This record gives sequence, C-alpha cells and structure tokens, in this order.
Amino acid sequence: MANIPENLRYSKDHEWILVDGDVASIGITDYAQHSLGDVVYIDLPRAGDKFGTHEAFGSVESVKAVSEIFTPVSGEVVEVNEGLNDTPEKVNSDPYGEAWFIKLKMDNPGEADAMLSWAEYEEYLSSQG
Amino acid sequence: MLESIGLSNAADLFRSIPTDVQLGRKLEITDPLAESEVIAAMEELAARNTAATKPSFLGAGVYSHYSPTIVDHLIQRSEFFTSYTPYQPEISQGTLQYIFEFQTLICQLTGMEVANASMYDGSTAMAEAYLMAQRVTRRNKIVVADSVHPEYREVARTYTQHGEAEIVSVSFDEKTGRVADLSMLDDKTAALVVQSPNFFGCIENLERLAGSAHAVGALFVVVVTEAISLGLLRSPGACGADIVVGEGQSFGIPMSFGGPHVGLFATQEKFVRQMPGRLCGIAYDKDGNRGYVLTLSTREQHIRREKATSNICTNQGLIALAATIFMEAMGRKGLQEVAEQNAQKAEYAARRIDEVEGFESVFSAPKFNEFVVRAPRPAAEVLERSRIDAGIIGGLALSKYYPDRPNDFLVCVTETMKREHIDRLVESLK
Repeated sequence: MANIPENLRYSKDHEWILVDGDVASIGITDYAQHSLGDVVYIDLPRAGDKFGTHEAFGSVESVKAVSEIFTPVSGEVVEVNEGLNDTPEKVNSDPYGEAWFIKLKMDNPGEADAMLSWAEYEEYLSSQG
Repeated sequence: MLESIGLSNAADLFRSIPTDVQLGRKLEITDPLAESEVIAAMEELAARNTAATKPSFLGAGVYSHYSPTIVDHLIQRSEFFTSYTPYQPEISQGTLQYIFEFQTLICQLTGMEVANASMYDGSTAMAEAYLMAQRVTRRNKIVVADSVHPEYREVARTYTQHGEAEIVSVSFDEKTGRVADLSMLDDKTAALVVQSPNFFGCIENLERLAGSAHAVGALFVVVVTEAISLGLLRSPGACGADIVVGEGQSFGIPMSFGGPHVGLFATQEKFVRQMPGRLCGIAYDKDGNRGYVLTLSTREQHIRREKATSNICTNQGLIALAATIFMEAMGRKGLQEVAEQNAQKAEYAARRIDEVEGFESVFSAPKFNEFVVRAPRPAAEVLERSRIDAGIIGGLALSKYYPDRPNDFLVCVTETMKREHIDRLVESLK
C-alpha cells in the first residue's frame, strides 16, 4: 500500500503539493516512484520559468521509462532542487522529503484547494486497480 | 507471386503513386554491357577526375592524406562491412567497442570530456552545434566568423532557417586573417563559432576568443576541418571550447569527390544531455563483466520526439571505424609526425612562393598546412596556367566564395606532396 502523507494535496498525475503561504513545493508520490522504478535523472526547469495549471515542467527518467511531470497549479518557479541529480535515487527513497522538485510561487493559491486530499487520492489509487 | 498477393501485373504495385508523377517510360540507359565493358566505362569516367590524379594543392575542407593500407583492409572484414546499427548490445559488442574507442580518441585529440559516435560530416555537426548552443543557453543569436568554411555556414543556415536562430557574421582582420571585431557579442548570444585553422589556414587565438564568449555567457564553439592539425596544435578543449565540431576525413578517409566523410562532435560532461547523436557508454552485466551499450537514448528522436536534441538517429559507422583504425595505427607519435610534415612543407611552399615576383602570402597569422597567396593577376588564370603547363593543381581560387578577392588562391600542402611538386608549382608561377 503506497504511502500518502495526510498533510499534502495530490493530483491525478501523481504529484504532491505542500503549501506554505503562497509558495508550493512539488514532487511525485510514492505510488509514482514505485511505478517508475529506479530513477536515474530528473530534468528540471530554471528559476524564473512560468507555468500554467497542468503544464509539463520537466521529466523523470528511470531505467525503464521517461515520464513528464506536470504543475498541478499555475505559478513561477522560485527554487529548483539543484542537487537532486547528484542523488536521483532519493526520488525512490524519500519522495515526499528530500526529493522535492521545485518550489512554485502560486498565481492563485485557491488552485491548491481544488486538488485531491490524501483520502481522495487514496480512493483514486484504489479505483485504478 | 503477383497472383498470390492478388495482383494482375507489376504496375499494380505502384497504384498508390499518382500517375502524373510516374515516369511513364523506360529509363534511358544503354543495353546491358559485359563486365569488362562496364569496368572500362567506369575507368573512363573516373579518369575525368583529374584533380584526383594530378599533384594537387587543393584543401579547403577536404584533404589529401595518406591512408595506411591496414585501414582499407580491416574495414572490409565482413563483420565490420555488413554490420548494422548496434541497437541490440548483446550481439553488437564489437561494433560498440570500436565506437567507444572512436569517442575516446576524439576526446583525447579535442581535449573534451565526451564525444558522440559521429555525425554525417563537419558541416552538419556545426549546424547541430548552433542548435545545441541555443538549447543550453536559451538564447538565439549565433555569432559566426566569416573565416569559417563558407559551405559549412551555408549548411548551417539551411539547417536553422525555420527555427529561432539569428545568425550574425563577424569579419576577420585583413592583415592577420584572424577573427577581430567581437563587438557583436552580447547577453543575447548563444554561441561564438570560429574555425581553427580557419578557412584561410590561419590559426586563431582560441583562448582569447573563449574568454570573450564566456564573458557574455555564450558558448564557445570551435570548428576543425583539418583533423590532422589536432596532432600539432593545442587542443580546442584546453583553450576553453564548450563544443568542438569537425570533420574526420583527414583520418584515413578518401576524398571521394566530397563524401561520405565523418562528422566529429565533442563537448563537456555538463552539457552531455543536450548533445545530439548516438552515444556509446560502458555498462556492466549482472556478473560484473564490462560491456558497451548505446546510452542516454532519451536525447534521441525515436525515444522522445519533441524533446529530442536532433532528428539524427544514426552515425557514420564504417567511416568512423576507418578513422579509428587510422588513429590507432598512427598512434600519438605518428599523428604528431604527420602533422609536423604538413606544417614544414607548407612553410617551405609559402616561402618559395613569396620569393616569386608579384606573389605574396596574404595573412600574417601562423598557419598549419594552408595559406592564401595573392597573385599579380586573377588567380583562376594563374591556376589554369599551372594546370596546363606543369600538370599541377596549384590551389583553390577564392573568388568563388569571396568575390572581392579575385587574385587570391588557397594553397594546401600535406605530407603527400613532395618537394619536387612544390618546386614545380613555384616554377609554373614565374
């Protein structure tokens, strides 16, 4: 059973978001890292890049696939986890902690409220079968 | 066979091609010839290529160098000659190993950290470098020297014409022949692209140019058309190049009327994911044995189409192999020796030509094996005279590429030219 922290919000694309004021930290869920397998590289944007909702902001490359990662909310990238590519395996071992991908200054903090709660995400995973 | 696929005649196989573009008649070729007649016909055609048979001082991007017989002999082994793309590493270790050796040797010669498995040729490699610099810097202005091979610049223009690239040319100093005015460089510049030795044979001050490019945050791209020069000159990597592209034809590949040749592409590790082309790497099997695989494939268009670094999904396998055998047969010392012979013979030729009344070397910068001579009359006439009177191709009239230089011609002297050829050329100029 995948780990789903209760204090985060989730998207159906398996991203999580941690809101702190108007800044959102974004990463991928335990379910996502498990599906991908061993992560070898994360292609990240740069600080200053702007994205709308559900826009591809980068990609995660594992030994068996490359998956795009999408912004669950719109905003401007204020921080990128630069060191992540030195230890890409952290995406597998600590997807909710050290393996955050970007911090986004949200255009509209209300968008985060529209995301799935941990319970809704858990239900969504169950329905996937 | 037609019957079993339900067709009545061969023409039905081409039904999907509109009739208005079909030829509609037989090809106009001769009746069948006997093998001996075919050979005679081909030999007669080949004999018209006089530049390949007369002593020739032509260079300008394609060079006459000696290729040890071992090169031709080894590449004709069926394992090499007929093998295809090494997409299945488990049955392609031989191919992958020589690709890895090729990449390693190119890194050593260019002074760079990673090289790909080769591109089509030097000109397209340069075009790809423009595109890579745009991706890495997220800028669109490419500043390229006028002393880069004109045909390379033409190819790069074709490659980039429908994209965002803004190509700006930078002139060379009339006295030295080197890149001079760098005022075009600014914070919108993706790359400064220079060739060294340049089209006129002049060796550029790469370190100074690298500094100028880096000062504005642009990449420094160095183009090498005469690979043998890497045997003598300080490597572009050591001078600060971010990308080195070039032509490997000088490494044992026949001139062949312009191709097939082999493009070189090398860069620094930090840019590897933006590098185009096929890349071979070392891997280990489950028992810990070393093997080779094609790697970082997500850069390629058959894996990720829109995010690919290029549409290339091939390399010049057999030609790169020939170049690898050449480099390994020559070795470090052999390559150095050949390079020195080129430089010394070119120097001898330049001095003797300078002594002829009315002829002078145009540019003062140091040269490797090419230099520009100014004649007292149109170069085309002078060279025609040498060809008719002395049976020598004296060089390349520059007016074709630089119409404001009607009396200038480019002379290339390689290790294949003997002193007597040089002396004969000099006599024909008098």
